[in-house]
Parts: sequence; C-alpha cells; structure tokens
Amino acid sequence: MEMLSGGDMLIRALHDEGVELIFGYPGGAALHIYDAIFNQDKVEHILVRHEQAATHAADGYARATGKPGVVLVTSGPGATNAITGIATAYMDSIPMVVISGQVTRDAIGSDAFQETDMVGVSRPVVKHSFMAQKAEDIPSIVKKAFHIATTGRPGPVVIDIPKDVTEPSEQYPYEYPETLKIRSYIPPQKGHTGQIKKAVEVLLSAKKPIIYAGGGVIQGEGSEEVTRLARSLGYPITNTLMGLGCYPATDKQFLGMLGMHGTYEANMAMHEADVILAVGARFDDRVTNSDVSKFCPNATILHIDIDPASISKTVTAHVPIVGPVKAVLKEMNEQIKASSTKVDKEALKTWWEKIDHWRERKCLEVAAEGETIKPQHVIQALYEVTNGDAYITSDVGQHQMFAAQHYHFDKPRRWINSGGLGTMGFGLPAAMGVQLAYPDATVACVTGEGSIQMCIQELATCKQCALPVKIVNLNNEALGMVKQWQDMQYGGRHSQSTYADSLPDFIRLAEAYGHEGVRIEKLSELKDKLAEAFAKKDKLVFIDVAVDQSEHVYPMAIKGGAMSEMFLSKTERT
Amino acid sequence: MRRIVSVLLENEPGALSRVVGLFSQRNYNINSLTVAPTDDETLSRLTLTTVGDDRKIEQIVKHLNKIVDVVKLVDLTEGSHVERELMLIKVKVSGAQRAEVMRLTEIFRGEIVDVTPTIYIVQMTGTSDKLDAFIAALEGTTILEVARTGVSGISRAEKTLSL
Ligand SMILES: Cc1ncc(C[n+]2csc(CCOP(=O)(O)OP(=O)(O)O)c2C)c(N)n1
Ligand SMILES: [Mg+2]
Repeated sequence: MEMLSGGDMLIRALHDEGVELIFGYPGGAALHIYDAIFNQDKVEHILVRHEQAATHAADGYARATGKPGVVLVTSGPGATNAITGIATAYMDSIPMVVISGQVTRDAIGSDAFQETDMVGVSRPVVKHSFMAQKAEDIPSIVKKAFHIATTGRPGPVVIDIPKDVTEPSEQYPYEYPETLKIRSYIPPQKGHTGQIKKAVEVLLSAKKPIIYAGGGVIQGEGSEEVTRLARSLGYPITNTLMGLGCYPATDKQFLGMLGMHGTYEANMAMHEADVILAVGARFDDRVTNSDVSKFCPNATILHIDIDPASISKTVTAHVPIVGPVKAVLKEMNEQIKASSTKVDKEALKTWWEKIDHWRERKCLEVAAEGETIKPQHVIQALYEVTNGDAYITSDVGQHQMFAAQHYHFDKPRRWINSGGLGTMGFGLPAAMGVQLAYPDATVACVTGEGSIQMCIQELATCKQCALPVKIVNLNNEALGMVKQWQDMQYGGRHSQSTYADSLPDFIRLAEAYGHEGVRIEKLSELKDKLAEAFAKKDKLVFIDVAVDQSEHVYPMAIKGGAMSEMFLSKTERT
Repeated sequence: MRRIVSVLLENEPGALSRVVGLFSQRNYNINSLTVAPTDDETLSRLTLTTVGDDRKIEQIVKHLNKIVDVVKLVDLTEGSHVERELMLIKVKVSGAQRAEVMRLTEIFRGEIVDVTPTIYIVQMTGTSDKLDAFIAALEGTTILEVARTGVSGISRAEKTLSL
C-alpha cells in the first residue's frame, strides 16, 4: 500500500472524493497541508483574502453546482473568521466541508499560540464535526464528512486537524474507503406511501390550493418533479426567497415570492387557501410573519421535508411527510395520475379568477420619475441585458429583495443569496465561487454600497483568478433596509444608517484593484451602460448605480399581522 | 410535564457536548442528566429529564435524533418504566436528632453509610419524588450537602432501547 503523510493523505482523500477546487488561506497550523497542496496538481486551491470569503465562495460554488464546497483555513483566527460563512451555509442547508488546522496534539488545551477550540466554537452552526486524532484516521474521516455534508438535509461539516497529525516525515499506508456505514446516521430514502396517499387525496379535493416551495426543492433536486406536479394539477405555486428558480418564474402559474416582501397575490392566496402543499420549506418567520396563530387560518397543511424537525416546528402540519423531496414528489405524481379523484375544475377556475384579480393590483410596478433611477429599474434592466439567464448572487438588504422580486428565475441554482442568516458580505465571494464553477457563465453580484464593503478585499482574488464577475451596486448611500425600518417603525430617526459623506469612489477603488468601473446616474443611460459593461466578457466591471435613496421595498408584511396584511406602498395598506 | 428521555450515544469525544449544547442552543431545560458507558463499550447511555408540553418534547426528540452521534432514543415517560435516582446526603446530627434521622432513613428505606459523632451520610435510592420527600422530612435538621445522580430509567417489560 502507498505510504503517505497525514497532509498528503488529506489532499489525496479530497481528490479521491472528487474535489477539484478548494478555497482557503494559509497559516502556521495548516502549513504541512499547504506543502502537500504545493506538491500535487489535482486539487486546485483558490487563495482568498479573508477566510469568511473562502466559506462564502465555497458556498456559492455549492449552491450553483450542487456539489459540496470545500474550505481550508488555519487554526485560531483563520478558524474563527470562517465561522460566519459556516453559519451562513448551515442556515441555508448548503453542503460544505471545512478543514481547519489546529495546534499540535500535545499543545491542545494549553492556550497555545493561535489555539481556538474550533470543534466547540463551530458546534452550534455545523451539521457535524470531527477532530482527526491520528493520521491514519484521515481517509475515513474525510469520507464520513462528505457523506454527512451532502446527504439528508445537507450542511457544513468541520474537520479539525492538529498540525502534528499532518507531519510530513511520518507516513502511513493510504487507502480511501469505498463504502461507509454510520450506524447513527441513516437519512430517509423515501417518504411514507400511506402519508403520501393521504396528502394526494387532500390535494386533489382542494378548492383553493396553493403550492409553497422552498430551498429544499433546489437542494434536493426536486425542481422537475415540483414543476410536473404544479403543471399537472394546474395549481398556483409560490416560492420562498430560497426557493426561487425551482419553478419557472415566467410561467403563468407562478405567483411570485411569498412572505415579508412577497407579492400581494402570493400572500393573499396563501391566506385564503384551503390546502397548502409545503415542499422543502420551513415556515420561517419571514414567511409566517411571526404570529403563527394568524397564519393561513383556513388551510389544511401538507408538509414534505427531509428534516423531521422542520415539520410542525412553528406551524402544525396536518399531513407530515418526511423524506427527500424528489422521491416524495415523484411518488406523489405517480399517485395523482393513478388516483380516481380528479381536480375540481370548477372550483379551480373560480380560485384562479380570484388570484387574477389580486394580480391586477400589480404590486411590484414602479413608475418612472424623470431621470431618477429606481432600484427596481436596475434589476429590470439587468434581467433584460442578461436575457434572464445569468447567475445572480446577492448581498443583504433592499437590493436583495428587489433582485428577488424583479429578476425572474426560470431555473434552479441561478439565484444565490443568504436567506437564513442574512449575511452581508456574501455576494462577491459567492459570485467568485459560481464563476469558478462555470467560467463561461454570466455571473452578476447584486449588492449595496454597505454590503459590498464587507468583503471588498475579494476584488484582489478576482484579479488573481481573472474572474469576470459583474458587480451591480445599487448605491443608495445608506444601509437602506435599516433606514426603511427606521422610517416605518422609528419615526424616521436614521440612527447610524447613513454615511453619504464617507463613501469611497467605487470606480477608483475597482481600478486600484486592477478592474474596470462604470458609474450610472441617469435612467436614460441605464440600459446601454449596463449592456456595455456586460459585453466585457473577460473583465470584472464594477457597476455603481446611483439609485433613488428614498425608495422602500414593498409589499411589506405588517408586523404581527396575518399574511394578508401588507403595506403596499408608503401610503397604502391592505 | 416532566419527561425522561434516554439516549444511546456513540461513545465518541464531543458527543456529550453536542447533546448538552442542543439544550442551551434551543432554550430547552435540562433538569438532570446522567451518562455512562453501557455493556457495549462503543455506546454510552444518557438519560435526561426535562419539562415541556408535547410540542416541545416532540421538537427535543427530533433534534436529538438529528445529532449524528445519537444512535437511538426513547421518551420513557411515554410508557410504563422504572426510574431511579441515587442521593447521598450529609446531615449534622446530635442528641435526639440522631435517633430521629435514623428512624426516617429506615422509613424511607435508605442507609446510613458514614457516621461521626456529629455527622451522618445517608444513601437513598428511589424516584426523584421520594428523594424530594426525604429532604422535606429532614426539615429542622441541618443539611450540609446533597449529591444526587439525576434520574436513570428503563422501560418496563419487553420494550428495550438497544441496537
Ligand atoms: C453582517 C451583517 N450585519 C448587519 C446586518 C443588518 N442589515 C441588514 S440589511 C442592512 C443594510 C444593508 O445595506 P446595503 O448593503 O447598502 O443594502 P441596501 O439595503 O441599502 O440595499 C443591514 C445593516 C446584516 N444583515 N448582516
Ligand atoms: Mg445601501
């Protein structure tokens, strides 16, 4: 058998696991591993400029491809810097493996230089973690880590490796395990047929049904099946922020996003529905609007999720189905075909009439006001310029909601944002991960001048790797979403949410990093300048757009209300 | 409602902290906790008591099951079960109190396991309620120290928690 050091074993095991790309940043405790990276050419390493960005880049890569993202950091500050990105991946159930260097085994617990209890610090935000106590354990730990990260409800897994375990002079026989069994970890492979049958009966007897599909449909590769289901029934479908793209947004059965900034028609339809089929969604408070007692009072709730703990957590499911969404939906589709109960066409027609009436409200429409660029206009122009076919990453704030509302995603894995944790700084590194996965694709990062400054250093990584990401900065010179809440709930007192006099010149900033920049200030030049920037296929262009600073995101759920209670503009509410 | 949950856990480093961490992370109570290896040395058995309504307990059980190190678990309070707790209690005793505490210990079927001219250590096993009752019966006596193990339990009859 081949003899390898712990460091070499790790990199070889990653290769044997099919890993092509890792994102990382070196430091003392990881240096043996970095030397192992130097000595091979199978696994490529991307050097970021901050460990948080390594995790977001790996996360973006994972969201776009469905493959696990891989991160390598050193101990102490390297490890703690990675925590935000690990938590981001955890909240959105993204498969990721994070390898952290650790001080030597004999130094653990001695407050050694750059020692942090990574397994302890990361515990609440990982699916599982390992500490490699011996070099011989590395192959099986890697195998288990990838298995756990990618199966069941996916999530991040940490492997902490003491430096002496990767010692180059000590070599051990290497063999990558072909199979594995973890007796305490057996994710479900299919749903309960009896429960599915029950759900199908309820679904087919509905008069005012709606399908509410979330990020689990995308992560669980269930988009095709959910689309088939919705089409065959002719039922309306809405997506969560995380589910956008799992059903084609340009289809007439699609009601848009639901929830806090969801469309009027989606939220009204949810509120009035008699049957809700929730798929890979978790009744998050950004959907239910915190007071669950007012949530969808008339609905029988059918809930499909791989994670039993997501079912009946906040909202009680009348028919729970635990299982992988793809397998469950497939079985559902087969049962629907075979069922003697047929959709109530009359009732459905009346239901659609009602929905179409809500649609006429055109809740997302914005009027043009002279040369002022509304943030919504930018997303609309972006949609046109990219033919609706780009990968869009985003940061967190108003710009994120505008992007979710106005870019119509027809395919899964195209909309990449931090929904659960809401991490500012996510967008640019995530875009790097996507661009590295798909070098020829159009990748745009929709951001705000606040968020982009939280990982701006990654412009250097983009330079080093020649990543032609397009940054679309909706520059409202403020922490817009914070300001909106202060307008609506704090009497307009803009506490610490503005900084207009200290903003950098983003164009010169981009240039300083060796990229191009363009500033857009007039509505009449918006589309042309945007198109021009996107035509530069091999360049990163920082597109800084001066947008209306007073714009709010609407609709917006009224705090503590039912789903039907929304502000529709600064002056109107339901 | 008080619940007793027994968990078979991989005997791995970090496993216990994952279970305990879950409770603080999700704001669940742990009233008592015992853990020790079983006859199979790769497995530990952990028993904890907590309070909560059905909904909360359902969530606790689901989240415990999600922990990768958790092999199996049971809510013992769902069926009939035997539960025991061990207590060592050190009391200051002199004069007439010595006979009184000895009598109480007999009534509660405990044992005096250490004696000095001024001190008794009483050992008692039973349900938590019984131990509570004994402490209450000692009113008027100076209790110097109480060491309780927390509840351990097992289902009655054929039902088992094993691999
Ligand atoms: C790391 C982090 N810190 C704070 C917040 C709270 N927060 C949410 S949106 C927002 C403002 C974002 O400003 P900007 O990026 O300019 O976007 P805008 O809302 O103006 O479009 C803030 C501070 C957050 N989500 N993430
Ligand atoms: Mg802003």
